[in-house]
Amino acid sequence: MVATPVDTVASPPAAPSLRAAAGSRPARRRPGWMIVARKEFADHLLSLRFFLLLVLVGLSAVGAVHAASGRLRDVAPAASDAPDVLLRLLTIVPEDLPSFASFFGLVGFLSPLLGIAFGFDAINGERSQGTLPRLVSQPIHRDDVINGKFAAGLALIALTICVLAALVVGVGIYRLGVTPDGEELLRLLIYLGVSIVYAGVWLALAVLASVVVRRASTSALLAIAAWLIFTVFSTMFAGLLADALADVPRDATFEQRLHNARMEQTISRFSPETLYEEASTALLLPEVRSLDILTQEDVDRAVAGELPLTQSLLVVWPQITALVALIVVLFAAAYIVFLRQEIRA
Amino acid sequence: MPAIRTEQLTKRYGDHVAVDSLDLAVDEGEIFGLLGPNGAGKTTTVLMLLGLSEPTEGHAEVVGLDPRRHPLEVKRRVGYLPDAVGFYEHLTGRENLRYTARLNGLDGRDAEARISALLEEVGLDERGDDPVGTYSRGMRQRLGLADALVKDPEVLILDEPTVAIDPEGVQEMLALIKALPERGVTVLLSSHLLDQVQSVCDRIGIFARGRLAAHGTVDELAAAHGGRTTLELRTLGEDPRPILRGLPGVIDVRDEGDLVLVDAPGDVREEVARRLAQAGSWVVHMAVRRERLDEIYRRFFREVQADGRHAG
Repeated sequence: MVATPVDTVASPPAAPSLRAAAGSRPARRRPGWMIVARKEFADHLLSLRFFLLLVLVGLSAVGAVHAASGRLRDVAPAASDAPDVLLRLLTIVPEDLPSFASFFGLVGFLSPLLGIAFGFDAINGERSQGTLPRLVSQPIHRDDVINGKFAAGLALIALTICVLAALVVGVGIYRLGVTPDGEELLRLLIYLGVSIVYAGVWLALAVLASVVVRRASTSALLAIAAWLIFTVFSTMFAGLLADALADVPRDATFEQRLHNARMEQTISRFSPETLYEEASTALLLPEVRSLDILTQEDVDRAVAGELPLTQSLLVVWPQITALVALIVVLFAAAYIVFLRQEIRA
Repeated sequence: MPAIRTEQLTKRYGDHVAVDSLDLAVDEGEIFGLLGPNGAGKTTTVLMLLGLSEPTEGHAEVVGLDPRRHPLEVKRRVGYLPDAVGFYEHLTGRENLRYTARLNGLDGRDAEARISALLEEVGLDERGDDPVGTYSRGMRQRLGLADALVKDPEVLILDEPTVAIDPEGVQEMLALIKALPERGVTVLLSSHLLDQVQSVCDRIGIFARGRLAAHGTVDELAAAHGGRTTLELRTLGEDPRPILRGLPGVIDVRDEGDLVLVDAPGDVREEVARRLAQAGSWVVHMAVRRERLDEIYRRFFREVQADGRHAG
């Protein structure tokens, strides 16, 4: 796509255009991906899709925090000296509700949905509308189309998640009357950043599906299937595979069991869901010191206490890196497939 | 310098040759018709000219540039109305054009004025602010033409611009296309409809199975490929028929209502007028019928299909 300097010299110079002299063109051009992103962002913002998602996500989040704050009051006396009430509010699971009913579990559950919803018809939607040939015949690079759509999707996800967090923290402050301190707020912000990256993984996957599959409904199904496999079945598969690779006999020694458990953890870390869950746990719960399996020996004589933010960050750094790498890989795949595809149907 | 030039342009998909060693030259300011049946390789050729598809072999040059090496510059200066053009249905016609304008680096008041002018030109000024979802097929096609003109192109490539629209829409579309050279636009019109190509194009290339079977003006094509010229005449005075039958080169003389039709291999207007005048038969009407390509067109495709059968 990009001309080397040699090419430019070798080809005949362009004929001076009368039109260029007319000067209707501004000298400074906005990059193509930005124009695409701007249009996509506006389209999504006004779409029924976005409205429905916002209502769904908003209602469930506020509900979860409302329930959690009630429970937090019950246990408040015991945790009265806890310095991070707000973070607790986001992670506590209300009674009689499944584990994902905490705000933190909820975001983990819903951000893949956001990613898929804003990406599943990115390219094949243009194809089925017949707008793709028109779009790529404009003076923008072909990857500007993908870049712009990804940027717009990510911006919308960030908007949704941030609005949601603000809402939840607001409800928390109102119900509990506590204000977050600096470090709590910082942890919350980093956690939100990681959540956006996590949704970005699913967005990249959905965009890839929309490039590969011609029908929007099929690509949506494909992305949702991947999500189900990674969230619901990954723990099952990890256990199965670990047992096959590191067998645990009936009279297994402690080492064998430990080996099996570590194997299972390693395998499950191939799922972005696991990576995200680990990262957000350590970010929101300062007392989490390690994400690996610890033996009694490891924690012997350890003084219970909370890690400072920098140490927590150190714990989750590999997880964050892996999530970003996953986006890069999925995005690169979408790129390559799209650039090689024929434009006509 | 021709606006579009190709040299031995070839595109293969596996064993299938979509475009086979195409040599084409379209001069500046003309309307060139690429005529051929569906699946002849017209769209593939167009996509290669725009740098949207890589040629397997050969070379293309559009506005003096290689679309492979300078895709952005080519796409900045060449407008394209794709086959079965689509729009964002929930956006209005104006919003769709505005997006195209922005992608071409046009924004602000100048762009708005240009969009309004174009909408008016294609007769959509009253519907410009309605969602495209409510447009008819013909309106979409006209919006497509406005869309391709937003960037003020030097070359305009139209791929089957009149397919699937009603006869009235076709006439409107053809009138718009005919007016394009006045604004300094070179037009490449790809179509499978002979009479439409014949009525708007200065020159025609007959395209079959990836090859350019013949090209030239309608008259050149007719002369070169044994086509007949049909003259229609109305005269006063002497009966012109015996005189006409005696003229060298005249193949047939027929009646059609009060008209006399004369078939000849080439242009015999001058000879006919002179001889009839000498014989005292006064010509009050003489016209050349433009249906001569029909036969050539059909014959080309018969030949091509026969070739295909032999090859297969």
